[in-house]
Amino acid sequence: MIDFTFTEEQELFRKAARKFAETKIAPHVPVMEKTNRGWDEVVRALAEAEMFAITIPKEHGGLGMGYVARLIALEEIARVSVATAMMYQVFGLGIEAFIKSGTEEQKKKYLPRLATGERLATVAVTEPSGGSDPKGCRTKYKKVNGTYVLNGRKCFITNSHTADVQVILAVDEDNPDSLTTLIVEKGMEGFKPTHEEHKVGMRGCNTGEIEMKNVVVPSENVIGGEGKGLKVAMAAISDVGRGGMVGCALGLQQACLEASVKFSNERILYGKPISNLQAIQFKIAEMKIDLEAGRLLGYRAAAMQDKGERSGNEFAVAKYYTTEAVQKAAKMAVDIHGGYGCMEEFPVTRYLRDSFVLGPSAGTSDIMKVIISRWALS
Amino acid sequence: MLKIVVCVKAVPDQSIADKLKIDPVTKSLPRLDIPLVINSLDSHALEAALQLKEKYGAHITILCMGPPPAGNIVRECLALGADKGILLTDPAFAGADAFATAYTLAKAVEKIGPVDVIFCGMASSDGATEWVGPEMAAFLSIPVVTMVREIVKDQGDEWIVNADYEHGYRRVKLKLPAVITVTRDLNQPKSLSFSGILNARSKEIVEWNREKLDIPAERVGLKGSPTYVTEMAHLESRREVEILEGSLEEKVERLVQILSDAGVV
Repeated sequence: MIDFTFTEEQELFRKAARKFAETKIAPHVPVMEKTNRGWDEVVRALAEAEMFAITIPKEHGGLGMGYVARLIALEEIARVSVATAMMYQVFGLGIEAFIKSGTEEQKKKYLPRLATGERLATVAVTEPSGGSDPKGCRTKYKKVNGTYVLNGRKCFITNSHTADVQVILAVDEDNPDSLTTLIVEKGMEGFKPTHEEHKVGMRGCNTGEIEMKNVVVPSENVIGGEGKGLKVAMAAISDVGRGGMVGCALGLQQACLEASVKFSNERILYGKPISNLQAIQFKIAEMKIDLEAGRLLGYRAAAMQDKGERSGNEFAVAKYYTTEAVQKAAKMAVDIHGGYGCMEEFPVTRYLRDSFVLGPSAGTSDIMKVIISRWALS
Repeated sequence: MLKIVVCVKAVPDQSIADKLKIDPVTKSLPRLDIPLVINSLDSHALEAALQLKEKYGAHITILCMGPPPAGNIVRECLALGADKGILLTDPAFAGADAFATAYTLAKAVEKIGPVDVIFCGMASSDGATEWVGPEMAAFLSIPVVTMVREIVKDQGDEWIVNADYEHGYRRVKLKLPAVITVTRDLNQPKSLSFSGILNARSKEIVEWNREKLDIPAERVGLKGSPTYVTEMAHLESRREVEILEGSLEEKVERLVQILSDAGVV
């Protein structure tokens, strides 16, 4: 028999995560929205709250709490700030590359400081030539005297300017079939973050470009083995990356639903709250249905991940479903608010803008369908 | 090492206060199906204990009387840093007033053994009688200081505290063991941490019922309560609106009439 309930401990995690988000993250949201910055404060708060340690094993300085706990934390943070949740989930993506593919030496070197938030990680795959086609990568490395000299550019990288450690996918200049992931650290000569993006949503979430000009990467910074780069990157993205997007989408859906319920109970038309009107009730019901369904899909995949099972396909389904659902939910929330839904003082306008950015992140909905159809047809 | 007991009550979550339903028979709030949270002032009581533990070392026992779901609140207290939890739970305890509650808690303290100090929040957010702490002290024949806002001296067995008093405070010297009820001015409770939640896995929660405490049935719950609630109702605040019409003079005349009828002028 399947038990669909959270444990008492998981409920406590949720309570702690919710209180953290409401007291430590929420106060920074207005500044992040207005200035498209302010991430230092929330990143610091995430570190103090032990958020970075959640998936890192205890033997490497983490809490070893697993991926269901991570999803709970993401959902609660996203309910308050999707921008913060997005940064947090991509830090987790960077951490995952080490957990899944790092050597013991690499784990010992990087994970303890990643756990405390003293250092921050990210993964850089997308390029101007495409993100849905990682094999079309044009960032190149050339092997010179046992080192890897890296040249290229990545774009749309979350935490481009904040991460200290970036796991970068590059192709062998002399062998286009060989892709390798290399650890590049802030301060390495020739490596620098460049352009910062101004996205339609998730303002305050650092997104930008990085440039590598003859960056000399030592051989001990190859992660997962030479030529195994695609496997390393996709292993992290398929579970943790997509799982992170599910958390962001679920939290935002919850926020849309809460805002819609509140407004519809307070807004009086024809002498009654508009929550009495079927048109409004049906929208709220749709939001609720999608949220419940999305939760089941997401937490099932996370539970499989905690058991050590392959969960990439399940996360593809959950990612597709929740990121599509949240865009619908945000539009419905704006509709319920009527004219007020166009006014920036109402959070639903931010929810709508944030929802757009969830769709293409960690793989577009069409790419998810490609993955899901392969699964169904196999 | 200090031996501290913190009395914690699981109370209805105030954020859903408008959804609470009163039991028409017992005139109380059924706690089984509603979200429960730690009574706010008890968080300050626990924080006082935790600060002493950090300074001098202490063993903190959480004592909570409530239905089985209140065990989650005890677990939360362990996650915050307490060492052991005792849940006093028995259908016979239901409907207890402050007197019966204090008696039950006092019997539990006797069963725990010698303690140095018992912290309680000054009042609960639902009952708000402020009587449980003083009545516990009476049953245990130990001193009590209520409404403590500052602990000035906390070493040895003679403490000095400042307690709210009308528009100021009084400074009280008290000999341990004692009961101290606290106000929110005493401290700022810490938040739950993930590592605290994980550490709570290894901490014990035991359940004691009436039989375990060896208390006669007529001393607990509704049966053991010399006071009982006869009526409980939602207070509805209503506003009547009258829009004054006419010329300025007519509106002023009407306004004066309204105020005069209300006894204001």
